[in-house]
Amino acid sequence: MYRLFLICLLSLTMLAAPGVQAQDASQGATEGATESPQADRSATGGAQTLEDIMARQRGEEVPDRARAGEDPDSAGAMVGQLGALGGSSDSDVWSALRYGTADVTVSSGGAPARVLIQDNGMWWLNFRQGPLIKYGGWLLLGTIALLALFFLIRGRIRIDGEKTGRTVTRFKFIERFAHWLMAGSFILLGLTGLVVLMGRKFIIPTFGHEAFATAAVASKWIHNNVSWAFMVGLVLAFVFWVAHNIPNKTDLKWIAVGGGIFKKGVHPPAKKFNAGQKMIFWSVIILGASISASGLSLLFPFELPMFAKTFGILNDMGVPQLLGFGALPEQLAPHEEMQYAQLWHAIVSFVLMAIIIAHIYIGSVGMEGAYDAMGSGQVEEQWAREHHSLWLDEVKQREGEPKPANTATTPAE
Amino acid sequence: MKAMLSAFAATAIIAVVAWYGLHEAGFSAGEQNAGESVRLGDE
Repeated sequence: MYRLFLICLLSLTMLAAPGVQAQDASQGATEGATESPQADRSATGGAQTLEDIMARQRGEEVPDRARAGEDPDSAGAMVGQLGALGGSSDSDVWSALRYGTADVTVSSGGAPARVLIQDNGMWWLNFRQGPLIKYGGWLLLGTIALLALFFLIRGRIRIDGEKTGRTVTRFKFIERFAHWLMAGSFILLGLTGLVVLMGRKFIIPTFGHEAFATAAVASKWIHNNVSWAFMVGLVLAFVFWVAHNIPNKTDLKWIAVGGGIFKKGVHPPAKKFNAGQKMIFWSVIILGASISASGLSLLFPFELPMFAKTFGILNDMGVPQLLGFGALPEQLAPHEEMQYAQLWHAIVSFVLMAIIIAHIYIGSVGMEGAYDAMGSGQVEEQWAREHHSLWLDEVKQREGEPKPANTATTPAE
Repeated sequence: MKAMLSAFAATAIIAVVAWYGLHEAGFSAGEQNAGESVRLGDE
C-alpha cells in the first residue's frame, strides 16, 4: 500500500513535470523579453512572428513578450482614425488576454468563460494525442502478451490434488453482486474510455467519421452514467472485504514462493484472500478511488478542481524538489485543472486496466476452479485447500468439523 | 450467475437513473455554459 502511494505520488509528479517546464519556459520567455531577441522581427516591429508562435506551440522558449510591459496609459489617445482600441495595439490586447491580465466580462459561464487563451492546452492536447495513447496502448498490449506467454509456459494452473466432489461457499450472493457490479461497469468504462481517447486515431481511419461519431456519442453516454455503478460497487467491495485484506505475516510466506503459481504442487497457506488477491484489492480500491475522484471532477466541469491544491500540498512536502523538479504550479486556470484531471484519470485507468486484465486471466482461463468463486459462489473443497487452506480450516471449524491434519500452516505439497 | 446478471441489470438501472438525475439537476454541458441571455436550440 505504501509502495502504491509512492507510485501515485511519483506519477503525479511526472504528470505535472511538463507543466513546470511550461511555467519555466513562460518565465524564461518573460526574462528573455528584456534581452534583445536574436530573431529578425523587423517585419512585425519587434512583436512576435509566425515562427515565434509555431515555436511556442512546439514547447520551445520564445521571448514572446517583446513588446509587453509598455504602459497602456501612456499610449496615444483615442483620436481620429485610431478607432475603438485607441493608441493600444492588437498585440497588447492579445498579450493581455494570453497572460490573464485582460478585463474580460462574460454574460455566463463564470471564471472558465473569462479565459479566452490558455497556453497549457497545446501541451495537454499533444500529450493526450501522443504519449498517452502510445504508452497506454503498449501497456495494455504488453500485459496481454506477457499473460499469453505465461499461459504458453505454465499452462492452466490445475487443481493438483484429487477432487472431493464437495463444495464450500466462498462468496455470498451480495458479495458476488458487488464484484460484478464493479467488474461489469469497469469493463464498460474501460472500453468506452478507450473509444473516446483513441477513436480519432484508430476508428476514424478504419471506419470513417460517421461511425466514430456514433461510437463516441454512445461511449460518452455510457462512460458518464455507468461510472456511478462502478463507484457504488467500489464502496460495497471495500465494506465487504476490507477486514479480510489487512496485510499479515502469512502474506510474506505467500510472496516468498510467488504464490505457488510458477511451480506445480506449491501451495502456500492463505486465509480468505491471499497476498496476490490483497494486492488486487488495494489496487482496485486506491486506484479506483483516484479514478473516481478525477472522474467526478470531469463529470462536473470546473466544479471540483483538485490539482492546484494537491500541487500546493506536494510543494509544501518538498516532493517535487526531492525528485529534482521545480515547484509545481499552484495557480492553474480552470481549464488546466480539467486537463490535469483528464490526464490523471486516463493514466491511472491504464494502470488499473493492466492489473485487471491480469486479474481476469487468473480468474478465468489461468486457473482451474477460480471462476466458480464468483460464478456460483461454490468452490471445490480441494481447490480451497490448495489456495486458501487457513480459510478452509476456519470454515470447517465453524461448521463443527475437526481441523484436517494436512491443512496446517505448512504448504501442502 | 444470478448475482452477475442482477449486477448487470443494476448497472443499467443506475446508469439510466444517473442520466435522468444529472439532467434534472442541470448539469448538462449546455446548461452549464449557457445563461438566460444565451439561446440554445429552438426553444
